[in-house]
Amino acid sequence: MEKACGLHCTKINNISVKIGNEEILKNINIHIHCGELTVIIGKNGAGKTTLLKAILGEIEHTGNIVFMDQKDNITKKIKIGYVPQSINIEKHMPTTVYDMFASCITHIPVFLKKDKKIYNEIKEHLKIFGADMLIDKSIGDLSGGELQRVLIAIATKPVPNLLILDEPVSGIDRNGIKNFYNIINKLKSEYDMSIILVSHDLELTKKYADKVILLDKEVIKEGKTEDVFKSLEFKNRFEELL
Amino acid sequence: MLFGSLLGISNLNLGIIIFAIGFALLLNYVKNKTTYGADTIISVFSSIAIAIGLAILAQTGNFNSYSSYLVGDILSITDLEILYVFLIAIVVFIFWYFTFNKLNVISINSTLAKSKGIKIKKIDNIFVILIAIVVMISIRWIGILLINSLLILPAASSRNIAKNMRYYHLYAVIFSVFSGIVGLIVSYYFNVPTGPMIVILSGAIYFVTLFLKKKVKE
Repeated sequence: MEKACGLHCTKINNISVKIGNEEILKNINIHIHCGELTVIIGKNGAGKTTLLKAILGEIEHTGNIVFMDQKDNITKKIKIGYVPQSINIEKHMPTTVYDMFASCITHIPVFLKKDKKIYNEIKEHLKIFGADMLIDKSIGDLSGGELQRVLIAIATKPVPNLLILDEPVSGIDRNGIKNFYNIINKLKSEYDMSIILVSHDLELTKKYADKVILLDKEVIKEGKTEDVFKSLEFKNRFEELL
Repeated sequence: MLFGSLLGISNLNLGIIIFAIGFALLLNYVKNKTTYGADTIISVFSSIAIAIGLAILAQTGNFNSYSSYLVGDILSITDLEILYVFLIAIVVFIFWYFTFNKLNVISINSTLAKSKGIKIKKIDNIFVILIAIVVMISIRWIGILLINSLLILPAASSRNIAKNMRYYHLYAVIFSVFSGIVGLIVSYYFNVPTGPMIVILSGAIYFVTLFLKKKVKE
C-alpha cells in the first residue's frame, strides 16, 4: 500500500437527499484530502447514516462525488471502502470470517471448496489488523471488537481511496473502542486514503480527529477539531453532554 | 396461484408463474419502500393472497377440484412438468454459482454490498423471481400449504449443525433429497399423501439436528 501523500482529494459536491417531501440532507459539501481523518458528528436524526448511504450511492441523491489526483491532475473513479455499524447475522449462522471475506472479494462461490490462494491472501490481510487467528471462526461468535477489526479488514481490501466508517455504538467496551481508533490512526498515517468517520464519542473525536463536521441536515460547522468544539453551534447542540 | 388460475389463462402453469413473478416483485418493491422487516411484509402478502384465492374459489363453487394445489399430488405429475423442474434446476444452479457470494454479502449488510460494487436491487429481484418460479412449479408436487416448510426446514436443520458455508450447503441438500426420496417411498407403501410425508420427515430431521447441536455444545 502507498504512503499518504496528501495529493489525492475527494470532493463531495452538493449532496441533497429527499425522502417523500421531507428533506433529510441539504447541500452537503465536503472536501477531504488523503491522510486526513474527518469525523462527522451530530445528534440522532441529523442525517449521518443517510449521508454515508448517499455517498455510497445506496439511496437516491442529487449532487456528485469527485475524486482528484492532484499529482497528475486527473479525476478518477473513486474506490470506497465501508465499515458498517453492525451486521445482520444471527448468532448461529454458519458463516465464518473466511466465508464473509471471500464473498466480498471473489466470485468463486464460498459454498464450494475453500480456495487456498484466497484463504492465504485473506489471512495475510487480516494479520495487519491482528485478526488472522479469527479466519475460521464463526461470525456470530466474534466479540464486538473482533468483528470491527474483521470489517475494517474487509473494507480495506482492495485499498480504497476513501474509507467510510460508521462507529459502532454498542457491543464494544472502552478498550475495544480505543483499539478501533488506534487502527484508524494507523490507516490514516500509513496508507494513502481519506477517512470519514461517523462518531458518537465526542471525547475520542477530540483526541483523534483532524477535521470535524457538525451535521444537522446540513453542514452547520466544519473545520479544525478545536475550532468546531469551541463554536457556538457545537455548544447549542451538545450542551447537556459537556 | 389461485388468482391466476381464475383469470382464465389457458395454460395454467404459465398463468400462475407470471402472476407469482408479479406478486414477488411487488412484494420486493413494498419492502424497499418501507422500513418494515421482510418477515412482516411477507406475512401480510401471503395472508392477503391466500384469502383472495379462497374467496374466489368459494365463489366458483368447485373448491375440491383445486385441492391438489393445496396439498400437492405427486402421482399426477406429467412428463412436461418434470421437464420444467429439470430446466429450472439448471437455471437455479447457474444463478447460484455466479451470485451466491453477492447474495451472501447483501444479506449480511446491504450497504457493505453496495460499497463492494454489488448491484443489490437487480440481484434481489432475480432472486425473488427464481424463488417464485421454483415455488410455483413445486406446488403441483408438494402443495401450497407445505411448500414453505420445504423451503425452510432443510436449511434450518443444516444450520443447526453446519460450521461453515460449505457444510451448510452440503447438509441442506442431503436433508432435502433424503426426505424427498424417503417420503415418496413411505407414502407409496403406507398410503399417506406424499407432500405431508416429506414435510414430516424434514421436521423429524430438524429436531434431530436440534438435539445434536445441544450435544455438540456440551
